[in-house]
Amino acid sequence: MNPSRHQRHWVALSTLVTREVRRFFRIWPQTLLPPAITMTLYFIIFGNLIGSRIGEMGGFTYMEYIVPGIIMMAVINNAYANVASSFFSAKFQNHVEELIVAPVPNYLILAGYVAGGTARGLCVGIIVTIVSLFFTRLPIEHIFITISMVVLSAVLFAIGGFINAVYARSFDEISIIPTFILTPLTYLGGVFYSISLLPEFWQNVSLLNPILYMVNAFRFGMLGVSDIPVVAAFSIILLFIGGLTAFALYLLHKGTGLRN
Amino acid sequence: MKALSINKLSKTYRNGVQALKAVSLDIQQGDFFALLGPNGAGKTTTIGIVTSLVTKTAGSVKVFDTDLDDDPEQAKSYIGLVPQEFNFNGFEQVKHILITQAGYYGMPAHEAEPRADELLKQLGLWEKRHSPSRSLSGGMKRRLMIARALVHNPKLLILDEPTAGVDIELRRSMWTFLRKINAAGTTIILTTHYLEEAESLCRNIAIIDKGEIIENTDMKSLLNRLDKEAFILDLKYPLLNNDLDGLDFERLDDTTIEVEISRGESLNSMFEILSRHGVEVVSMKNKANRLEELFLNLVETSEQSA
Repeated sequence: MNPSRHQRHWVALSTLVTREVRRFFRIWPQTLLPPAITMTLYFIIFGNLIGSRIGEMGGFTYMEYIVPGIIMMAVINNAYANVASSFFSAKFQNHVEELIVAPVPNYLILAGYVAGGTARGLCVGIIVTIVSLFFTRLPIEHIFITISMVVLSAVLFAIGGFINAVYARSFDEISIIPTFILTPLTYLGGVFYSISLLPEFWQNVSLLNPILYMVNAFRFGMLGVSDIPVVAAFSIILLFIGGLTAFALYLLHKGTGLRN
Repeated sequence: MKALSINKLSKTYRNGVQALKAVSLDIQQGDFFALLGPNGAGKTTTIGIVTSLVTKTAGSVKVFDTDLDDDPEQAKSYIGLVPQEFNFNGFEQVKHILITQAGYYGMPAHEAEPRADELLKQLGLWEKRHSPSRSLSGGMKRRLMIARALVHNPKLLILDEPTAGVDIELRRSMWTFLRKINAAGTTIILTTHYLEEAESLCRNIAIIDKGEIIENTDMKSLLNRLDKEAFILDLKYPLLNNDLDGLDFERLDDTTIEVEISRGESLNSMFEILSRHGVEVVSMKNKANRLEELFLNLVETSEQSA
């Protein structure tokens, strides 16, 4: 008996996700090891050496305060980088054609790559969390908020990485956005400080930064403190996911960067 | 049933180049079909549109009666493509490439694995199944592309210059393989620069030039149109005469000549002339590239009429 269309779709999606996950595990020295080392350095330098002189923030030691932000930073950077580099490589080596000629609907192509990026983001998140346990205790106040926020953030940045890869024409173009947009927004997104430390004007400017909402909602899930309302964080992230998904599907439908 | 039906297909690229001009073509199920044309004629664009790699400007494509616009998934599921350029993930293992491709067509791993093994053995890639594709030789990569195109058991196999850069021995073994799968029921469309390949394999042929079909017929009728036949003769001694009683010949070297005989004319008269002039023939062969001559004639005619 021939499999139904739904069964075929499920096989296609699981094949794509398996390939993506196999890819980042195969090149673990490039994908999983560097964030573990970088984040360990953050914990040692900012958390231990400098943090011990800063004192408390939001009622927690500085190390405890920055851990959620550092985990979130690792997750979003890696979710983004995974899809951007994997999809761009597929374009660059032309093996994206394997997918285009196959009966795989566009939404499954997007879902497969985003699932792969999310998986790497979460793997790195788990690694960084384990590393952080060597430096501090890790309370989790609201498990549902913690898990849902980290998953949604990984999904959102994986979609962002996909759009970046669709437009990219060279490897340089997949590093421009992480370097000039993502990294500044992350560093200014309340990873290392509470925005209550800023003058009122800069507090208001910070509220325009979507990463601030993700970091704070995640911190709320773990520590129970946040600079912003958690509902606003969920609303914003869902809105961005909806908007960027629609845009990515539009690009796939048009064949932007993929078909002549 | 038609395996492929192309109706008034047009393509104009963004730079204004009109690659296809209302091309129409029907290919019957079970056929072994050659699509020939000079470089830039529109062959790869046609294949690109049929396989969804290129977006069309106008026209329609049906694969086994399924319109590519109405139900792209169904239409795509019938097709296997061997593209002109290598397009593997160079870091992926050979067997993974096949299983992954089968998965994209909805074939679960427990079915894809034995199918991949079968193809790897048939195409002489079994020893390399765990190697990354970048480590394969050019010929092996070509065979891997054929295996990948066949892994989901397509009803229509499209090969875009599959034997480019492949040595003659491997090319012949690929021909045998393709004949076998065609005999088993797979419709095959082939583009090639080796006209001998098209002549040897294909039953029907279309010639495309400057985005237009200039000939679409069966191979036999096309070859029958040749009004002259050429023979290569190896001579025992160097030829001294420049005139052999009006025999149409060309000196290839001192002891080799090419003689053209009108179709239907007896070869005896040629040998009589040669005997009269004391020319001893050691061996004779039919000039192989009959299709090449026709192809060049057709393309030249098309250029003159443009």
